[in-house]
Formats: sequence, structure tokens, C-alpha cells
Amino acid sequence: MSENITANAMGLLKSEAKSLNFYYGEYQALKNINLAVAEKRITALIGPSGCGKSTFLRCFNRMHDLYPGNRYDGEIMLYPDDVNILHAKIDPIEVRMRIGMVFQKPNPFPKTVYENVAYGLRVRGISNRRKLDEKVEKALRGAALWNEVKDRLTSLAFNLSGGQQQRLCIARALATDPEMMLFDEPTSALDPIATASIEELIAQLKEQVTILIVTHNMQQAARVSDYTAFMHMGEVVEFSDTNTIFTNPAQKRTEDYITGRYG
Amino acid sequence: MPNQSTTQSVQAIRTMIVRHKRWDIIFSIVGLFAMLGGLLTLVALIVGMAIDGLPRISWNFFTSFPSRHADKAGILSAWVGTTLVMMVTVLSAVPLGVAAGIYLEEYASKNWMTDLIEINVTNLAGVPSIVYGLLALGLFVYQLDFGQSVLTAGLTLAILILPIVIVATREAVRSIPGTIREGAFALGATKWQTVSQHVLPYSTAGILTGVIIALSRAIGETAPLITIGALTYIAFLPDSPFKGEFPYVSFDWLSSAFTVMPIQMFNWVSRPQEAFHYNAAAAGLVLIVMTLIMNALAIYIRYHFRKRIKW
Repeated sequence: MSENITANAMGLLKSEAKSLNFYYGEYQALKNINLAVAEKRITALIGPSGCGKSTFLRCFNRMHDLYPGNRYDGEIMLYPDDVNILHAKIDPIEVRMRIGMVFQKPNPFPKTVYENVAYGLRVRGISNRRKLDEKVEKALRGAALWNEVKDRLTSLAFNLSGGQQQRLCIARALATDPEMMLFDEPTSALDPIATASIEELIAQLKEQVTILIVTHNMQQAARVSDYTAFMHMGEVVEFSDTNTIFTNPAQKRTEDYITGRYG
Repeated sequence: MPNQSTTQSVQAIRTMIVRHKRWDIIFSIVGLFAMLGGLLTLVALIVGMAIDGLPRISWNFFTSFPSRHADKAGILSAWVGTTLVMMVTVLSAVPLGVAAGIYLEEYASKNWMTDLIEINVTNLAGVPSIVYGLLALGLFVYQLDFGQSVLTAGLTLAILILPIVIVATREAVRSIPGTIREGAFALGATKWQTVSQHVLPYSTAGILTGVIIALSRAIGETAPLITIGALTYIAFLPDSPFKGEFPYVSFDWLSSAFTVMPIQMFNWVSRPQEAFHYNAAAAGLVLIVMTLIMNALAIYIRYHFRKRIKW
């Protein structure tokens, strides 16, 4: 895959998967993946259902460790401290404290708006009310939700609309100032208007945080991302800057997918 | 304007529907009788008991000890005994059962051992209660020397309902969506933080409902308590748990002899004089009301906790 963009051409890197294989029990879901994630850029993973893009994303915060029988092989380096976050000696909790995640379906806790955003801070032992107030407001502003919920911080998160719930989940992840954020098809459960606001938000967030996003909406990848990887059958088929992928793909399979011939 | 053949086929469809619907009518009649059969028996039972027992229910009935004279006999020692025994049962069965359920569901690795334990716990819920009585007689009365006491009775009923509490806890915990757990883990929470701050609070309604249903079963149990040697005639109360002077609480009541409502009923029913049978009916009525209150509490708790949680 000599066509793939090289790490050198991408500027500062935040993370890099090297020869990554992943197994669900006997089944190999990811095959020899090499992919660089540029600092404070948006990297999109696209591909048909079952191609392994969510599996790949969930390696970055060791989500697979929660279930028995899963096995990683290879490395995911996190920079600037050059640590392999898949290494057995690295506690997955440490990784999750550095790398936040937003899920496919909004999954707020059945608590108040405030407590949802504050949860990550409480896990880190912050209980000072003034500090919490300040961080919660900052996170909600960062997720473009503050103006809508500032008068209902004590109402239950379930009373918010679907799009607001998803932005609440983004605020919840932002509150702890993660170095990198993972988005797993964050708009697939939302209507077009809510989708547009989440996309706009993600585009703004790259000023402060590195973003890796899974989507099977190609327009979304084209609109928000700087780099795009096309995955198929557990492999990265092509990885390049988004413009190249969508206008001048090097691989036949990429072109077929982008032009809607399968997927 | 429909033509001749369309009209005919529509006619045929209608005849067929009428024929098929006959089974709806037949079943609705059979079902009605089945339902009434069950319901009317229950109503007759309660009404019969109310007619016999209601005239006996008075303030004195609750504040008198049992007596040789039916009209002076009351259920004081029985309801106090039932209350104290249930307190011991709740305080021992709930922490043990909830902890075991959570461990099995959230911590234990899923293998043939946990499968085996699961099957056994479910089966234990169906073991006849007298068997628990025998177990308790050997373990609590003889081995641990707790005597034929409130403590022994409470622990006996606790092991009796433990399987129900464990199963209810597991089901309540299992109904929490995995996405909520993942949400907590993704923020860097440990397993204990996830369990204690999310899984347990969100499954409280289900656990409490299961606990109260288990207690409703325990409150009516007679056989295991007779096996461990509950008294049938008792004219004193256990020592009060609360004291006027320091240290204000006392645990002497745990080792006291006792009786409970169903045993008092059993005692009265087995007497030849009819007047005592009315006492038994009155006590039965009180026991049913106690159970109904507990069930009402279960429904209230379920409603109260669930109205703010929708997945």
C-alpha cells in the first residue's frame, strides 16, 4: 500500500497504530493495521458494516478489555510520551482517562444534566463545588449546549432531546480535558438537524482535541474530516487526506465504495 | 361499480372470517370462566375469613397475649414476634443476597462454574421450606447454639429467601443496558465505581421489588419455624431493642423465645372450641393485610424509582 499517506507528511502525530491485529476469540477482526492519527486533526474511518471500523476505534480506549476472549496484537502508540496503550502493563483505566469516547446511541446516565457532565471529574476525585461548577460550564459551552441547559442543570438528562443528549455525552467526555476523543457513529441515531449541529461541533472541537471518528455516512466524513481511512474486511484499504480519498482514490475498492457500488 | 365475481369473492372472505372468529368467542367464554374460577375462590376465602374474623378485631386483640379464654386472647406476642423475625431476615438476607447477585453478574467470570452456581441458586428457590427448617435446626440451633430464638428464626427465613433475592438482583442488574456501563468505563471509572455509582442505584427498584416479594413469602412461613422450635403459646414479649439509658439499644431480644402470626393461627385452628377459630380468622385477616401492605409498598417503590429511568 505505497499509496497510503506517510506519517512524515502529516505533521505532528497524536497516535499511531502499528501492525495492529485484533481477535474476538478465534476470529481475527483486524488485520495488520497501520494508521497515523494527526494531532488536533479529524481522522475519519469509513467502510461498509462489519468492516472493523468500530472494532478499531474501540482499541484506542481498550474497550475490548471489558469482555472476555478478546486479544490485541501489535501496538497503538500515544504521543508525545511514546507509550504503547495496548501494552499489558498499561492499565486500561489510565488509557480511558486520557482518551474520551462518544457512543453511537446517546447514553446519558439517569442523573441530572449537571451530574452527567461532572461524573468524569468525580471519578478523578474532584469534589470541590466551585471547581466542578466551573468545569461543567466550560464543558457544556464547549459542546454548544450551555445556552440550552443552563436553567435546567438539575433536571434529568432523559428530558433532553436526542441531539441534546448526544451533545451532553460530548460535554461529559470533554469535561476531563481528554487528549483525544473517539466518536463511534455519533449521529446515526439522530435526525438531520441534530446531525448538522453535532457535525458543526465536531469540526470546532479539533482546535482543542485530536479526533478519531467512525461513520458510515460518507458525506459526513467528507464534510468534517482532514484525513480518511477506508476500511474493508478488517483491513485499511486506503488512507489519505480526505480530499484525495473522495476525489482521486488510488484503490479500485475505495472508488467502488465511494461511488456507492457496495456498502 | 364492482362486478359479479368480485362481489362473490368478498362474500366468501366474509363467511370465512365469521367462521374463524367463532374460536375467538369460544375462547373468550372459556377464559372468562377460568378467570372467575380462580378469582371467586379467592374472594370467597377472604370474605369468609372477614365475616368470621372481623368482629374479633379490636384494639385489645392487638394488645393482648394469647389466653385460655378465646374472647380475651390476642396476637400481641405473634405480631411482635413476626416483626422482630422479619427484621433479622431483612438485615441478613438483603446484604448477602444483593452482594452475591452483583458478584455473580458483574465480577465472576462466565464459565461452567458460574453456570452451575446459577442453576443451583435457581433450584434452591424451589426447595420445600421444611427442608430449610431441618438445615436450620442442625446448623443454627445445635451447631452454632443460637437456641430456639428470634435470631435462629430470622436467619432460617433469610436462607429461605436468599435465592429469591439473588435471582431478583441478577435480573435487575442484567436489565441495565451495557451502553450505560460502557459510558462509565469510558470516563475512567473502575468496576467498583461503575457498580456502586451506576449499576446498583439504577437497579434498586428491581431489587427492592424482589426483596419485598421474598418477604411476603417469608412472613407466611410456618413449617420451618415449627421445625426449629417456635413456641405456640407465649405470654411475654422479647426484651425491647430500645432502651431508656445508655447505650440505648439492646440485642437481648435476639435470643428470646418467640412465636409468629401463622403459628398463632395454627395453634388456634387446632383447638376444638369454635371461638378460637374466629380468633384464627381474625389473625389470618391481619396477616393478609400485612402482606398486602408489603406488596403495595413494592408497587410504590417500583413506580417511584422507575418513573425517572427509561432506557
